[in-house]
Amino acid sequence: GCEALLELFFIWFILFHSFVYLPCGSYTEIPPKPPGSVTVLPPVKPAGGPQAFPDAENSNLPVFTMDYARIQVPFEVTLWVLLASFAKIGFHVYHKITFWVPESCLLISIGLIVGAIMHSVHEEPPAVLSYNVFFLFMLPPIVLESGYFMPTRPFFENVGTVLWFAVVGTLWNSIGIGMSLYAVCQIEAFEVQDINLQENMLFAAIISAVDPVAVLSVFEDVSVNEQLYIVVFGECLFNDAVTVVLYNMFIFVADMPVVEPVDVFLGVARFFVVGLGGMGFGVIFGFVASFTTRFTSNVREIEPLFIFMYSYLAYLVAELFSISSIMAIVTCALTMKYYVEENVSQRSCTTIRHVVKMLGTISETLIFFFLGVVTITTEHEWNWGYIMFTLLLALVWRGLGVLVLTQIINPFRTIPFNFKDQFILGYGGLRGAISFALVFTLPDSIGRKKLFLTTTICMIMFTVFIQGISIRPLIEFINVRRTNRNLETINVEIHSRLIEHTIAGVEDLCGQWSHYYWKDKFLKFNNRILRKILIRDNRAESSIVALYKKLELQNAMEILDTVSGDINAGSSIVSLQYVYPLSPSSSCSLSLSLYFALSLILLLSLSLACSPSLSLSLVLSLTLSFFLGTTLQAWHTCIWGVSPILLCRSSQPLSG
Amino acid sequence: MGSTNSTLSKIPNVEELMQETGFTPAHIVRLYDRFEALDKEKTGHLRPQDFGAINRLAMNPIGDRIIGAFFSPGQETVDFHSFVRILAHFRPADKKHPKDPSMPEPVNSRTSKLKFAFQLYDQDKDGKISRAELLQVLRSMLEMQVTEEQLESIADRTIQEADLDKDDAISFEEFRKSLEKVNIDHKMSIRFLR
Repeated sequence: GCEALLELFFIWFILFHSFVYLPCGSYTEIPPKPPGSVTVLPPVKPAGGPQAFPDAENSNLPVFTMDYARIQVPFEVTLWVLLASFAKIGFHVYHKITFWVPESCLLISIGLIVGAIMHSVHEEPPAVLSYNVFFLFMLPPIVLESGYFMPTRPFFENVGTVLWFAVVGTLWNSIGIGMSLYAVCQIEAFEVQDINLQENMLFAAIISAVDPVAVLSVFEDVSVNEQLYIVVFGECLFNDAVTVVLYNMFIFVADMPVVEPVDVFLGVARFFVVGLGGMGFGVIFGFVASFTTRFTSNVREIEPLFIFMYSYLAYLVAELFSISSIMAIVTCALTMKYYVEENVSQRSCTTIRHVVKMLGTISETLIFFFLGVVTITTEHEWNWGYIMFTLLLALVWRGLGVLVLTQIINPFRTIPFNFKDQFILGYGGLRGAISFALVFTLPDSIGRKKLFLTTTICMIMFTVFIQGISIRPLIEFINVRRTNRNLETINVEIHSRLIEHTIAGVEDLCGQWSHYYWKDKFLKFNNRILRKILIRDNRAESSIVALYKKLELQNAMEILDTVSGDINAGSSIVSLQYVYPLSPSSSCSLSLSLYFALSLILLLSLSLACSPSLSLSLVLSLTLSFFLGTTLQAWHTCIWGVSPILLCRSSQPLSG
Repeated sequence: MGSTNSTLSKIPNVEELMQETGFTPAHIVRLYDRFEALDKEKTGHLRPQDFGAINRLAMNPIGDRIIGAFFSPGQETVDFHSFVRILAHFRPADKKHPKDPSMPEPVNSRTSKLKFAFQLYDQDKDGKISRAELLQVLRSMLEMQVTEEQLESIADRTIQEADLDKDDAISFEEFRKSLEKVNIDHKMSIRFLR
């Protein structure tokens, strides 16, 4: 009896999809609307009485029309985003996968599959990783998210180290890799002698920069100690200045046959303009945003808008002047966060945080997904020697660079980096989509552009897959100092405050300045001037009081809800349902994947057979098969009485 | 080099001091210069007024407690040895020294640092931080930001969190336990004293 039900269900779905798809076959070409025309009744009423349908004599009024061209772009964008997001949901069915394999790898793999399908039907994927789309739309949300959630105190304590690694480290890597690649090019066996020094240096500048997107997605799940985390985190954000300067410099220089010393000097000057300019713009926009939020007490609904608009403006203005936009948006977020969170309402604050996270996650998902797609669909030029040597040299130079730079900076640090930290620092230098986007938009005057593309993709795949997957077991194996993320007790806060005051006092006693002096000075300046201008209700609040309030609020929420965890919207009243963390049994997952695979095959074959736009059909079928798969799974378990893991997320059967 | 040696020879028992605290000769000399600069009347001892002359220290919320930590109970002056011994608490920990159980605990170990911080709270030296002592410290740190009731709630919560044997006070062990996940060596070290 149950089997029959399922079969009926299946048949209904097939019919439904055929209904949707087969009519598409008859519309082989959707008649394009003449530009500028609007369907309006003719202004002149024909004589001889009112006529309800103006051209009723030619054809009947269409009951069901379809105009695909009109909505094509937004529709496909939405579907691609949905597809990538469904992939993300799908990964978490197997809890163990996401533990060992970072999501970036999984997304790239799915992207590879989709790319292969698209390539086999000769469809072009949407140009997501082109220069404009990538740098104007995909990258800002991620960088905004990293800047907004950057832990400020550790960051400012380590700012010297961060800048040291970002600037000097990237320079070291670029120059080192560039020079050695040029040397490799001289070897006749590899047939790459036509790449001159400038082109090699350009390429090295592109791939030596550690990528924030890749690094963050890997390091977020792995908990290394705070110092290490902040240095890796900060380095990948702040090396953008160096990359921008080097990239522009070498593009400019690649056309010229001779490099003059003046150009090098100008390059250095440009670096300062780019770096400091980026930070300056960021700080200015941050202050303006904070100042604006001072006056928004009557327009609470649009408060979050200001945050997004100002940070995006900072990014765009920096792009306008070709200075480091990443640094601009990061410093804007850093500056803004502190003042804005005191001015806006609690709800706006939550909204801002949530939306920033959401946008960042979407962007990251899409970037990795399309990285996979584009890998298959671009034209490649493979050259064993060049590619292998690039990979090797990148690793070697990064390792050397970390070793040397740490030796120089360790004496200046309170907690020096030991060898294990240095290893992770070097190993965590993942490359990602930014390098790809930069290579993608190299001018075609560069002869071996395809080779560069292929090498960059190999580099990205290697670092993301091999280094990304192995970094977690390595960290456990070599036992790097870990961090404990739950340090928020009131005791710790009070005692830390006391200790800070003590240290400040003892330093005064010894008559020495250190960063506590500057910190103290800044705090006084902040309290006296900045807060008065930028904050509406200026009540100086110690972090002790802030933490105390937060903890009390948390306690109160915990009393209302019977278990800890997310309070979802419906359970503000006493909840009957116990929400436990998801622990799927393996048989459920197996049947789910089976249903998914079945429906995917079915729908794909149907849509490939008859559809005007193949990418549309592909994406539609993939997303709908997710739906189909999950619905069938839910029916399966509801019917058979096994715990319905997907509908209700609880591990006890619902009564009634 | 000559001036270092001549300065060092002025200080009695300087070898023993360096052994005990782990400071290098260069540091000792620097600290001695500082000591002399503070000791305006050249008596060879520091009094509370000399400390109070440091402006920024006077403005520190717990400045008076820090100054008080230098004076052993009953003493009214601080000589150079005590000065250096207290400052030795803030040296970053030496990782290279093997743990030798026969030697006394080094002055800059984690436990010694924690003890120093504990004593800043525990002014009456009874080995516990009572509610009143905690309130005093909170009041001086939070000054005018909170009302008295809020202060009391914060103090109550603090004691409730840390107090494991329910005696309404925080003993040194409970203090240490509440800070077990904090990197005290990092927080309580001054770089240039390495």
